[in-house]
Amino acid sequence: MAARKPAAKPNVSPEELKQYYRDMLLIRRFEEKAGQLYGMGLIGGFCHLYIGQEAVVVGLEAAASEGDKRVTSYRDHGHMLACGMDPNGVMAELTGREGGYSRGKGGSMHMFSREKHFYGGHGIVGAQVPLGAGLSFADRYLGNDRVTFTYFGDGAANQGQVYETFNMASLWKLPVVFVIENNQYAMGTSQKRSTSTEDIHTRGAPFGIPGEVVDGMDVLAVKEAGEKAVAHCRAGKGPYILEIKTYRYRGHSMSDPAKYRTREEVQKMRDERDPIQNVRDLLLQGKHASEDDLKAIDKEIKDIVNASAEFAKESPEPALEELWTDIYADALPQGDAVKA
Amino acid sequence: MATQILMPALSPTMEEGTLAKWLVKEGDTVSSGDILAEIETDKATMEFEAVDEGIVGKLLVAEGTEGVKVNTPIAVMVEEGESVEDAEAASGDAEAKAPEAPAEETPAAPTEAAPASAPATPKARAVEPDWPEGTKLKSQTVREALRDAMAEEMRGDANVFVMGEEVAEYQGAYKVTQGLLDEFGDRRVIDTPITEHGFAGIGVGAAFGGLKPIVEFMTFNFAMQAIDQIINSAAKTLYMSGGQMGCPIVFRGPNGAAARVGAQHSQDYAAWYSMVPGLKVAMPYSASDAKGLLKSAIRDPNPVIFLENEILYGRSFDVPEMDDFTVPFGKARIWREGTDVTIVSFGIGMQYALEAADKLAEEGISAEVIDLRTLRPIDYGTVIESVKKTNRCVTVEEGWPVGSIGNHLSAYIMMNAFDWLDAPVINCTGKDVPMPYAANLEKHALVTTAEVIEAVKQVTYR
Repeated sequence: MAARKPAAKPNVSPEELKQYYRDMLLIRRFEEKAGQLYGMGLIGGFCHLYIGQEAVVVGLEAAASEGDKRVTSYRDHGHMLACGMDPNGVMAELTGREGGYSRGKGGSMHMFSREKHFYGGHGIVGAQVPLGAGLSFADRYLGNDRVTFTYFGDGAANQGQVYETFNMASLWKLPVVFVIENNQYAMGTSQKRSTSTEDIHTRGAPFGIPGEVVDGMDVLAVKEAGEKAVAHCRAGKGPYILEIKTYRYRGHSMSDPAKYRTREEVQKMRDERDPIQNVRDLLLQGKHASEDDLKAIDKEIKDIVNASAEFAKESPEPALEELWTDIYADALPQGDAVKA
Repeated sequence: MATQILMPALSPTMEEGTLAKWLVKEGDTVSSGDILAEIETDKATMEFEAVDEGIVGKLLVAEGTEGVKVNTPIAVMVEEGESVEDAEAASGDAEAKAPEAPAEETPAAPTEAAPASAPATPKARAVEPDWPEGTKLKSQTVREALRDAMAEEMRGDANVFVMGEEVAEYQGAYKVTQGLLDEFGDRRVIDTPITEHGFAGIGVGAAFGGLKPIVEFMTFNFAMQAIDQIINSAAKTLYMSGGQMGCPIVFRGPNGAAARVGAQHSQDYAAWYSMVPGLKVAMPYSASDAKGLLKSAIRDPNPVIFLENEILYGRSFDVPEMDDFTVPFGKARIWREGTDVTIVSFGIGMQYALEAADKLAEEGISAEVIDLRTLRPIDYGTVIESVKKTNRCVTVEEGWPVGSIGNHLSAYIMMNAFDWLDAPVINCTGKDVPMPYAANLEKHALVTTAEVIEAVKQVTYR
């Protein structure tokens, strides 16, 4: 095994580090379980796993404050778990059950939680980008200092509406962090074959939006960059772009044969750069945790994930009447809307 | 030789204008490109330039004159050495010839080219008016009614704002948002770049975030750039979220054919949007409905598609003078009662329906005319009840025939009132072609009053 390069100096407390380990592990185990349930036919349709990219959302959530919003695409399970949504509700939505966040009517790609300020879960590549800017528009209009994390991939970065949004977000100084989760493959097309530039974040420059590259396999680097971006937005300086270089170990979706890259490429990433292993090493090397401590965390996570799978299997399918509900609202949504 | 300067047509739908100000006086020498006058159209105040050089011989229309028809002579230009008498002779000549001028020489004038020539201000003959008896009425254009609706709702709810192209400083491409910037400021009346997909998405996001946006499309033709956000994000999210996420937003703007603007600026989207569960769709005809429905739309917790019409913007109707006048969605308006046939229409289609009904009455055929007003929800009950009385139905709309609102109503009537029908329902629609530019072709591409009359005669076997 190639030598691992641990983060130079942890800028967080041992407790925080343990929390990141725990949060990333929850996403990893949850996604592995979702993959299993898909194989068993309990989850249908499209199911896009986040395995390998865990440090991105965990690092950025560490930089977020209460009330900050987030919106993303269809590879959304990790984002939901990282912002504190209930694994039971997420898993039960994957199985299309009454106990799911959308009562079984949204599925893997369409989940929301007003309580946790998670605004989806959107199935159209790139469509969440103007939505995220719109959320931040609302916050600026209402005069609060919240920030919206708007996640999209390297694939979405070639959609026109992303640049329409960059223009307006910069023009109107909207407090939005554009997070480009660059996992290097837009479905099966590598960045090299689809994107005219190597550094996607530089595409903000013509709009006057600063940006930087971040090592997405290093949760501490992500957190640090996130804090910088959030400070920029909260100071009223407008949007900020973080291009987070990450890697998805699994296929684009469960039905992806992944012929566009070699097994060796994936294995090398897992062996040398795995974000969870990195934090595990830091904890052990810094003597912040013992093997036994980590085993206890592993067990705790395993129990949570198993419980979510049980819940998702046992929760009943939605009542047939649900077909006809939630098409129209008869009252304005009660959420975090603030009187201007 | 003395030449006439004619009142110019300065927009596709302009029929007349106000000669706001002369910037030259009799005897002035002008060159090509000099500004002669300021002319106020239904949309804006425009400067009117001289085409040729010459001397202003006589001003025929005093400044401040309102309602000057397009192609009316407004001044006479003379050449060096010509006298004012020559000019007067020319103007006398002009007066004699003027009535023929528009039809003969200026096919571009919309007066002859478009449904704009339909009778103005039909009297409201609502069987059940939307306001209490004795309410004071005022005459108002559809444009003013829409503006008032937005202004009233913005006064009442600080989270309502307007965004779109040219809505603020320009005062609206069609002047619908005139005055809103002055009253509400640039925080709430927001000019966007030309970027429909992007600002529609930002509007939807802002609605998710607790605001109540009014997004103006300069026309609904441009909303095709944004239709993914309208349907996938605005219409479906409440359902996909199990009821957690609402999207209280109004998308509004002119829809359908204006006059002579060709295939890419003339499409009627009524049937498209009405197909989508999660959207509400309004398409008013009169000014009172425009006002009352827009106020309801802004208060609605759901995404509303509000389809206006450029030709109707300048049309005047009675509007009730009430503190808070609203019209509910899903309630049709019976414009005239009748016994022989039911004519169902909405939006600008109503002008053909009402005109046909007037002419049919002269021939002894009594038509009941129903304005659906909203297309999602549709007031099926009023239609069915009427068909059960008249046993015949004709639908009227400007949109394309395949998958039209008329098709849907025909199927609904067949399934729910088959035994009451004495003739098949006929759908009068626009023709199954992209909108042509040529004046004569455009006229035929749209539904016509003659076609409605013919359809009624067919279903009544006359």
